[in-house]
Amino acid sequence: MNQYFHSVELDAELCCGCTNCLKRCPTEAIRIRDGKAHILSERCIDCGECIRICPHHAKRARSNPLEDIQQFSVKVAIPAPALFGQFNNLNDIDYVLNGLREEGFDYIYEVSRAAELVSEATRKLIREGKLKRPIISSACPAVVRLIKIRFPELCQNVLQLLTPMEVAARMARREVKKMTGLDDNAIGVFFITPCPAKVTEINAPNAIEKSAVSGAIAISQIYPSLTSKMEKLKVIDPIAKSGLLGVGWATSGGEAAAMLGEKYLAADGIENVIRVLEELEDEHIRDIDFIELNACSGGCVGGVLAVENPYVAQARIQNLRKYMPVSLNHMRDEDMERMIWENELEYNASSFRLSDDIFEAMDMMEKMEEIEKNLPGLDCGSCGAPTCRALAEDIVKGNAKETDCIHKLKARIQSVYDQLGKL
Amino acid sequence: MSSIHLHYDVNGEDFTRAGEASGSVKKRLKALGYNPDAIRRVAIAMYEAEINMVIHADGGFVDVDIFPDHVDVLLSDHGPGIPDVEKAMQEGYSTAPDNVRNLGFGAGMGLPNIKKYTDSMRIETEIGKGTDLYLTVEVKEA
Repeated sequence: MNQYFHSVELDAELCCGCTNCLKRCPTEAIRIRDGKAHILSERCIDCGECIRICPHHAKRARSNPLEDIQQFSVKVAIPAPALFGQFNNLNDIDYVLNGLREEGFDYIYEVSRAAELVSEATRKLIREGKLKRPIISSACPAVVRLIKIRFPELCQNVLQLLTPMEVAARMARREVKKMTGLDDNAIGVFFITPCPAKVTEINAPNAIEKSAVSGAIAISQIYPSLTSKMEKLKVIDPIAKSGLLGVGWATSGGEAAAMLGEKYLAADGIENVIRVLEELEDEHIRDIDFIELNACSGGCVGGVLAVENPYVAQARIQNLRKYMPVSLNHMRDEDMERMIWENELEYNASSFRLSDDIFEAMDMMEKMEEIEKNLPGLDCGSCGAPTCRALAEDIVKGNAKETDCIHKLKARIQSVYDQLGKL
Repeated sequence: MSSIHLHYDVNGEDFTRAGEASGSVKKRLKALGYNPDAIRRVAIAMYEAEINMVIHADGGFVDVDIFPDHVDVLLSDHGPGIPDVEKAMQEGYSTAPDNVRNLGFGAGMGLPNIKKYTDSMRIETEIGKGTDLYLTVEVKEA
């Protein structure tokens, strides 16, 4: 698998080299070089913050156009629960699912159904006491990637269960195979996604070899045609099989609430997530069993590929859940094993370390502190690094020079000018 | 042996800033590619000590020396001193005021926790003069 696949990509023509994304990136993964933004692959967690902030729309998330489903004889849609929060006056998710069928999908399996299975499996694992507490949800791939590059001691706390997206794809494939007798190559499973990190998860998954999802279609892309198809629907077939626990996963706190316990917390927004992880690492958070973390404010409804304001979407999801049964999907014994990760989550130490050799790293750090002392400390970003400290790091690594700092350069020019004046 | 020396002043006036020094050390240890278990132990022990300094002694300073195989930390304050070190080392013994306890601190786990997470700990304290706390965390290869 491609170790450094990223769904976030840059349109170099639109990028004017401003510092908006540079300053916003939570892992300091962006540098401006030669007037354009560059992503440091080993640090990017695909959270999508740069897409959100870019005023020039130069950052995009890769996803599949709807036409791509035509490559398969059976076309399966697995819509994220966040999709259900995008529509005004929706009182029945079957409108959305029937609309998806009009878009050309033969079979629909809501990711919220799989979410209920994941919740049940998690509750079972917690009861059995086999997990290292507190348990951190593995559902947000941006958070999992963040832990992988920055929080070595927390890798073992991450719940070793597949994401609901992955479980949904596997369940749907099994059902379609049973119904049609076709093999996997003929079945295209497409995630209807609010989230660029999920696109990465499909192409370079955490903790499994290969994803069962064939591609991802952005909610923002399918939204206009889907709404018009939904308006024209005459007959609504009952397709939906989700309960309120599964649909609740669309918003922050939904997954934690589905634990049906009391000792949980849910944090959303990448900066808040980082603060919680820091405190967890220092063991300041005690007496908590389960931790739900979502990189986007509001949870998955806040994904950059969603169209509706996340808080409006959240209110709609609450309303939709009102008359739903609690849960319509229940695990069979054999399901548990299918939902568990194939591989361990491994800490990727190289993302932030200065050198593999500690003596060399110490040497570099000493130089870094020295360089940083001489920088203005404005963190203005004009040099192309997000902070003066990051510039010092880049200089030590040989990727930048001191005069990339415009304040340093100005001082240098001034002194040359002064000397010329004396001649 | 080469080492990296770091110095922090701990502000005793502002409780919300307690933990900044340990956070900064943690970040640097990660950049050095330090052993994760040692990072965790340094971060926790230093944090507890930093909090103690703010609660009981109106702040002070911290000197950190990072060596390839161990970290030395000195936390020094001009606070009231610890009258009975043996008692202070007992789990659950605390002289923290109520307002601090309400924040979830002052459970009497500070010094016992520091001892638990470090490889050596030495207290030099004098009533009315202050306290010096010397900590060492060694890297134990997994």
